[in-house]
Amino acid sequence: MNRREFLKTTALGSMAAGLISIPYIAKGAGQKVIVIGGGAGGTIAAKYLKKMDNSLDVTLIERNADYFTCFMSNEVIGGDRKIESIKFNYERLKKHGINVIIGEVTGGDLNAKTIKVGDKSLNYDKLVVSPGVDMKWGAVEGYDEAASEKMPHAWKAGPQTALLRKQLEAMPDGGVVLITAPANPFRCPPGPYERASLVAQYLKHHKPKSKVIVLDAKDDFAKKGLFEQAWKELYGYGTDKSLIEWRSAANQGKVSRVDAAKNAVYAGEMGDEIVGAVVNVIPPQSAGKIATALGLTNDAGWCPVNRKTFESSQAKDVHVIGDACMADAMPKAAYAANSQAKVCAAAIVAALQGKEMVAPAYVNTCYSIVGHDYGISVAAVYNYKADDNSIAPVQGAGGVSAKDASAEDRKREMLYGLSWFNNITEDMFG
Amino acid sequence: MKHLRTSALAMACCGLLFNAPSAFASKDDDKDDDKKKKKTATAAKPVSPRGLMLANTCVGCHGQGGSSLGPATPTISGMAIDTFTDAMKAYREGKRPSTVMGRLAKGYTDEDIAEMANYFVTQKFVRVAQKTDPAKVKAGKKLHKDNCEKCHEEGGFKDEDGSSILAGQWLPYLQFQMADFNAKKREMPEKMAKRLNAMIKDNGDKSLEEVAHFYASQQDKKAK
Ligand SMILES: Cc1cc2nc3c(=O)[nH]c(=O)nc-3n(C[C@H](O)[C@H](O)[C@H](O)COP(=O)(O)OP(=O)(O)OC[C@H]3O[C@@H](n4cnc5c(N)ncnc54)[C@H](O)[C@@H]3O)c2cc1C
Repeated sequence: MNRREFLKTTALGSMAAGLISIPYIAKGAGQKVIVIGGGAGGTIAAKYLKKMDNSLDVTLIERNADYFTCFMSNEVIGGDRKIESIKFNYERLKKHGINVIIGEVTGGDLNAKTIKVGDKSLNYDKLVVSPGVDMKWGAVEGYDEAASEKMPHAWKAGPQTALLRKQLEAMPDGGVVLITAPANPFRCPPGPYERASLVAQYLKHHKPKSKVIVLDAKDDFAKKGLFEQAWKELYGYGTDKSLIEWRSAANQGKVSRVDAAKNAVYAGEMGDEIVGAVVNVIPPQSAGKIATALGLTNDAGWCPVNRKTFESSQAKDVHVIGDACMADAMPKAAYAANSQAKVCAAAIVAALQGKEMVAPAYVNTCYSIVGHDYGISVAAVYNYKADDNSIAPVQGAGGVSAKDASAEDRKREMLYGLSWFNNITEDMFG
Repeated sequence: MKHLRTSALAMACCGLLFNAPSAFASKDDDKDDDKKKKKTATAAKPVSPRGLMLANTCVGCHGQGGSSLGPATPTISGMAIDTFTDAMKAYREGKRPSTVMGRLAKGYTDEDIAEMANYFVTQKFVRVAQKTDPAKVKAGKKLHKDNCEKCHEEGGFKDEDGSSILAGQWLPYLQFQMADFNAKKREMPEKMAKRLNAMIKDNGDKSLEEVAHFYASQQDKKAK
């Protein structure tokens, strides 16, 4: 973009928004980039935009003053970690020169290049949208926001995490914990099974007469072989004393309806009633609501994008990253969101500077903690494929932890998993 | 708007400019009594946009600029280009045991690895205080002087000829490496194998733990 175009866009954007905020050009005031969502994707996009071009005017808008990471929230649910240790805020990000607004984006006019926060209208040259997911209320009959206060999803960390933990603590020994897992795609594919593991670990030590039943809408799941191996080693999986039972869709596991008043779920072809002492419903999800409000989602509720730049296929100068976007082989995971945010920042800076963007590089590394001193992981390196606009894993690289790994290696992975958490949260909030 | 265009390049280079070139200046062959011929260290170039793009995929796990907050994932900032390159290639070819690095390293070409190495050598190794056992540190210090110092120069603060920076590295990582060397899962130079075996013979397996504590405890170069 040259200076004339720059003036034009900014002036147009300002006029449309009814604002008079022509930047002070003589000082070389930078173009405006707004980032919606201060999570795994949004914090990184904002920070790396500033790192790559400090003259940009970057604003991060986040609904909540505190962010609770979903990553490691299963450790909170299992009782091995305090919720304070997964709580972060945006104070240190301000030191990078990022304007942080705590508020909710309620809509916008993408033709006019404006978005709305409360009663304010803000204009942008480039917009990054990283709103994560929202639950599809009603997709499982009877499961709405009110029901989630009784049967928590805990699929967004914070009060929901604390509620599920509290229910587990209050549950009498002998109670059954139900976890319902959705069909693909959803946030954190190994997440429900990590959760089942850490709940089982809690039961093993505190409520040994209890058990976890996972009711699944699928017949397979991420790192299944490794989870089942760990469950056998740690939780008696496959025996009649097993602390974990997994029911696949083919084995009457698919839940079609819930009844919050009875703490019951209805599963399988006949809709058999199963009552739990604690019921954790992980419902189907879609891109965060704001993505739909801005017209960025497709019929399935996710955001199609250019896989090299993460620019929306449905709106110019708007980029979508993280769980909300469609990124082919990349799972809806924090490390993936982190990696996408950095590629997206590079694309935006290149475009604003009128340069060719460098070839993108993407990685995902995701640990699951399944017991004390027991970690497993999945990792992948991806390349951009221009011929079909896809993100494809590099053949021969990546994959999951070795099936026959030693106890020592499982312990190492647990410690690397903790390091992963410390370093990725510093990348986001430091 | 000239400022806009230059800033990215300035950013990419500043790490290099602020790191004195001495750390990776070429070195004359030195004829020490081991008659080991020291290689000329690869010199760093300005970090390219692609180098930055690749390095950005590493720092989510390895920490800002490659300096890890631990407890186990190692800090890789300040690592000499040749050390980094050799490590990545060993991972890629399955010659070095790992949990996740072997799987990831297979995703990169020689050029990618060169770009990453060139980024991390320009980054400062930032140390974080960690808990170590004073008795082990003390014993480890003597073991270091007697057995390791010749290659792990300056108390392990210097990465020379593939020695890696050990001072202030994360303790669990150092312990993993010592265990892997001892179990012959990780290859080591012949000279190191000789010294390590002699050290263990004279001081027992506990000596491995002691040197690990010593290096982990090293926070301040001047105080060594
Ligand atoms: C139990 C569990 C465990 C997990 N464990 C891991 C793990 O070990 N490793 C891993 O890689 N991933 C893990 N994940 C997945 C990870 O949490 C997500 O993939 C990641 O957070 C996605 O990042 P994001 O930026 O898309 O969304 P988020 O991190 O959710 O951030 C979105 C942000 O946008 C804000 N927002 C949304 N709408 C608006 C609006 N209209 N206005 C203002 N702000 C808005 C939200 O408040 C939120 O803070 C886990 C997930 C769960 C549920």
